[in-house]
Amino acid sequence: MKSIKTINVDYIARVEGQGALAIKLDPDARDVKFKIFEPPRFFESFLVGRKYDEVHELTSRICGICPVAHQVTALRAVENAIGVEVSQQTKDLRKILALSAFISSHVLSLYFLTTPDYFNHESVISLGQEHPDLLKIGLKLKKLGNDLGDVIGGRAIHPVYAVVNGFTHIPPRKQLDSILKRLIDATNDALETVRFFDSLKYPALDSPSEQIAISDDDQYAVNEGLMKSTKGLVAEEKDYRKFIADKQVLYSHTKASTVKGRGSFLVGPLARVNINFKQLSENARAVAKEIGFNPPQLNNPFDLIITRAIEVVHAIDECIELIGRIPLKKEDTSHSFQPGEGFAITEAPRGMLYHSYKINEDGLIESADIVPPTAHNAKNIENDLKQLVETFNDLPIDDLTLKCEMLVRAYDPCISCSVH
Amino acid sequence: MANKPKIAVFKFTGCAGCQMELLRMVDEFPELLDRVEISYFKMAKRDNLLGPYDISLIEGSVSTPRELKEIKEIRKNSKMVVAMGDCAVTGCVPSIRNWIPQHESEELVYEDTLVIGSFRPLGIGEYLKVDYDIPGCPPDKNLILGFLIKSLQELRVYHRPHSVCVECKLKENVCLLTSLMQPCMGPVTRAGCDAICPSGGRVCEGCYGPMNDANPEFLAESFKECGLNDDDISRKFRKYAGLTKEFFKEASKL
Repeated sequence: MKSIKTINVDYIARVEGQGALAIKLDPDARDVKFKIFEPPRFFESFLVGRKYDEVHELTSRICGICPVAHQVTALRAVENAIGVEVSQQTKDLRKILALSAFISSHVLSLYFLTTPDYFNHESVISLGQEHPDLLKIGLKLKKLGNDLGDVIGGRAIHPVYAVVNGFTHIPPRKQLDSILKRLIDATNDALETVRFFDSLKYPALDSPSEQIAISDDDQYAVNEGLMKSTKGLVAEEKDYRKFIADKQVLYSHTKASTVKGRGSFLVGPLARVNINFKQLSENARAVAKEIGFNPPQLNNPFDLIITRAIEVVHAIDECIELIGRIPLKKEDTSHSFQPGEGFAITEAPRGMLYHSYKINEDGLIESADIVPPTAHNAKNIENDLKQLVETFNDLPIDDLTLKCEMLVRAYDPCISCSVH
Repeated sequence: MANKPKIAVFKFTGCAGCQMELLRMVDEFPELLDRVEISYFKMAKRDNLLGPYDISLIEGSVSTPRELKEIKEIRKNSKMVVAMGDCAVTGCVPSIRNWIPQHESEELVYEDTLVIGSFRPLGIGEYLKVDYDIPGCPPDKNLILGFLIKSLQELRVYHRPHSVCVECKLKENVCLLTSLMQPCMGPVTRAGCDAICPSGGRVCEGCYGPMNDANPEFLAESFKECGLNDDDISRKFRKYAGLTKEFFKEASKL
């Protein structure tokens, strides 16, 4: 019997969570499985019967890397359901909080998880011992993102001050001013980060895909906006389920999303930069042009890496702007309540995130529906892997295996999140 | 080099937030890496060693057959096993589902439940001897660092047995419970967070689990005076540590 060449990675390193790859390379029986064996936690089950004002606190625990995204999305979905309209200051503070998480999450992905592959190292630990200077900017930026999250949210991981209809604590001006200085100082570090990641050599993969992000004419959409795709889809958040389907995959705990009637799609920094290039800060657009990034770039998923770096520049710029204009008034978070159903779509660092809740007259959750970015990306990752093994089929198996892992890491999947 | 203590970091059923807190030690990394060898840490390394380890830090609860087997192997290969964070200590937020029949949870989320190998999440102490618990969701990085510094010197780790109230009082906050009649879990919750929530006008939700000698019955009575009904009170205790012997009774009244 002819043996079929396979790639098996039983536990993918340097990504969040527990996932594996099983790829059959034989051209006649080519098969790609991104197997997520991360244990399911059944959030959609145990949220039923919980109080509406604790949903953001509980769903934060879906993900330790993007807790802010889950908090803000849950808060907005709940507020939409119960009929609460928040102040501009609350919107701005939530945006700073979300952008602080973009900075720390993106920098972690770029410097800690991605770089070792491009320097022939197994980890940032061994890389750092050989090139300590390479990581200095990364360490500094990561700390900045986390510290900003601490100031706004009380703590960066599972923040505590963001609640329904506002914040229980507004940071004092002095505290924000000192972090503002560090942000201004970091602008150049972020630009250098883009140039550094532009200098690395990425696999030339041609695997075009539909890309989806939320979009807003007046700002770089993170916490709210219309869902838009590069194939012309435009939808409000309440209509998400009319356009996006998800289906259980028998070898994975993560359900795979598709655009109804079309197929897989890509979410994340590349989709956002492509769809919302006009709304990026001036610095971010300028450095994108400088390195030759021409939106829309739809063909190579490895562009997720450079767009992640471009977004760090934007995040720092927008935080500087927001901190400059925010009034920092103490707010009353008490609010009215009506039962109802609410929907919210936001951009987590890794891409589009959907939450919706039905809330009854006692303020209890009747049903919850949550679709995280890595569930959106799961099927697209498999399609890209298929293209990758076809493109590089002459490589020795170890090199091809590494390339497959590099592709998965380019997506920066958040596996715990995707299972939830 | 050869005799540096070997540290391993493992993730089980959880959100990776504890590992993220660990990765916040950017200032401390260089010195830490001079003194220890990181033998296993999937989220950070591609080449991981299969033991033996001096200290294994475990994030997450156990909720699949695979995890159960792995955690026992880790125990066998480790001098010291540490439950890092609430999931590993108490099961944390995901343990709220332990009051729901497993099949109901599975059927709500998946069409085909035959392929789902999952059981109710429990802290790792259910299945093996744990040498030390680091509480918190997530544990503050200084608690993790404090543990590492002490245990690397073979000193006893300071285990804060007192309540959040002690840290809150040291900050001279107005008491949310007695002065403002807000349902704060501080009096029964283990310290270590530096009272961030009550210091920012928000009640403690109990994310460090129960303190030593907690008196949840008495606090539940106080919550009634704050205007909470019996179900609200039970939900408060059935959140981060509902399965602990301290909170189980109040958590089970719902």
